[in-house]
Amino acid sequence: MATMTYRDAVAAGLAQEMARDASVVLIGEDVGAAGGVFKATVGLLDKFGPTRVRDTPISEQAILGAAMGAAMTGLRPVAELMFADFLSVGHDLVVNQIAKARYMTNGQITLPLVVRFGNGGGLRFGAQHSQSVEGWLMAVPGLKVVVPSTPADVIGLMAAAVRDDDPVMFLEEKALYSTSEEVPDGEHVDELGTARIRRSGSDVTIVALGTMVHRALGAAEQLAATGTDCEVIDLRSLVPLDVSSVAASVNKTGRLFTVEENPRLCGWGAEVASIIAEECFYDLDSPIRRITAPHIPLPAADSLEDATIPSVDRIVESVRRGLG
Amino acid sequence: MKASPVLADMETRVGMYRAQVRVRYFEKAAYDLFLQNLVKGTSHLATGQEAIAAGVSAALRPDDYVFATYRGHAHAILRGAPMPAVLAELMGRETGLMGGKGGSMHLTYVANNFMGSYAIVGAHLTIANGTAWSAQYRGTDQVTVAFFGDGTTNIGAFHEALNLAATWKLPVIFVCENNLYMEYTPISEVTAVPRPAADRASAYGLAPVAIDGNDADVVYATALEAVLRARSGDGPSLIEAVTYRHGGHSRADPGKYRPDSEVAEWLAKDPIPRLRDRLLSVGVDASLLDRIDTEARSEVDQAREEAKAAPLADPAGVERQVFADGGAQWRR
Repeated sequence: MATMTYRDAVAAGLAQEMARDASVVLIGEDVGAAGGVFKATVGLLDKFGPTRVRDTPISEQAILGAAMGAAMTGLRPVAELMFADFLSVGHDLVVNQIAKARYMTNGQITLPLVVRFGNGGGLRFGAQHSQSVEGWLMAVPGLKVVVPSTPADVIGLMAAAVRDDDPVMFLEEKALYSTSEEVPDGEHVDELGTARIRRSGSDVTIVALGTMVHRALGAAEQLAATGTDCEVIDLRSLVPLDVSSVAASVNKTGRLFTVEENPRLCGWGAEVASIIAEECFYDLDSPIRRITAPHIPLPAADSLEDATIPSVDRIVESVRRGLG
Repeated sequence: MKASPVLADMETRVGMYRAQVRVRYFEKAAYDLFLQNLVKGTSHLATGQEAIAAGVSAALRPDDYVFATYRGHAHAILRGAPMPAVLAELMGRETGLMGGKGGSMHLTYVANNFMGSYAIVGAHLTIANGTAWSAQYRGTDQVTVAFFGDGTTNIGAFHEALNLAATWKLPVIFVCENNLYMEYTPISEVTAVPRPAADRASAYGLAPVAIDGNDADVVYATALEAVLRARSGDGPSLIEAVTYRHGGHSRADPGKYRPDSEVAEWLAKDPIPRLRDRLLSVGVDASLLDRIDTEARSEVDQAREEAKAAPLADPAGVERQVFADGGAQWRR
């Protein structure tokens, strides 16, 4: 097993898929010669050449449209939109076109494409380069939404996303690009819609996503020291949503907390909480609690951003308060 | 603009006449069915604009890709979408082209590479680039055509699409159906240049092409030239075909904002009698053209009866085809 950064895992995952399937192509701003603004596509241009790794102008609609048209006609394009915030400029293509094409045409159109974004905060980029947009995407029927939290998952879920016949929104957590971890040797293919139990526990279930998984794990360690045994579930994808893993855990612990980087309203945790409240009500020993950013745009300054995104300490406090 | 276009062979020209007449009768049927409350929602008719669809279609190969707008009945039919299924789609029937899930504004017939009708102005120009890019990547010589209205020339996606198509030298042809009004407002009142598409061409290194969109012969010749250019790897074209819709923007619009004299002037330039007269003048038998009229009328009549007889779209299928597994399951 080699150790690899989350950033290099993006390129490794793409390279794995491009090597096995000539229909996989990569487009986006600066993805080629520059190796990506996050350096997540370094080496791909050299390896696969300019017809498969193609730089685009700053034209989010043109990038997404090109990917959509190519996906309709036999290719498996991967389009990078750089910062997830830029999705807003291509919103029509994602929400009205890509997401709905299959349904509106009653299955005539299949769109095996991946859109990659650098998602989330932690890097002091301010409100237009730091948003967590998973909630925007989860709300749109027809999209699959994936948020890996480890380098191994980046590779395995990227492979699954590229091979999937539906449009997959692949949210790479900017705060995790420089983290590293061991990744499996050889081909690695994971499965969409499967949560992972990152830490087993019997007292409390904490469900998290992306960067927040690591903070939830940090909080679980502190809580363990004072006798609270937390189970931490990494959802990994919001659509498909692995409800059964969460329900099974709540069945065991009787307590559910979600940790979300997104602003409060309509975050993914609200959906998870609503499903568990509806379907596992009699398993619950206390109210479900959501730990989220406040409902504000993400501020830039260190102290302000840190006060906004759920921290290990805030998760610990919230869980303690929730336990009464 | 060429003074005298290279004329198509007689069979093609008669074919363009047939194409226009079929569309004309189809659109009339769609309108009549709306008046009977059998066509719901909205629809945007191409009555008066048929020469553009007919002329461009005649210049294409069956394996070329075509994209249309919400004013797309003509393009769907002329790319071979079965007329009963198109009417059934407008009427929300189970036998509709998309089982009733799309409606008038989203006609799609992928079996014949008619890649869809798009109802958000401009988006499909960028998608058309994608099929063109795919053809280029796969090394086929398929060409993509995207039809759009004059109003599209003022939206960002138009400019993004043109720039990328030119930069990547894509085999795509952008055909502006300039009917002088974006919806209710004259395009000239809201556009910085007199010719909304052609005058933008130079910004993308393309030749300005503006033609009489009510002359099928001219449309065909212009389209053919662009098709050959795209097919031989010489990149995109932008064609502005000037035309006029006989009715309003959509079924809710009687089009009263247009001066009577202007409407009369354009009715006199109706593309169907124009081509008919021209064909007669070069010796085509009137009886042949009459027979085409009769056949088109009966094709539409039959399609209408077939669509009317079909059952309403079955709600049992409403959660099908969101995802590639055929369903709508978002949870596990």
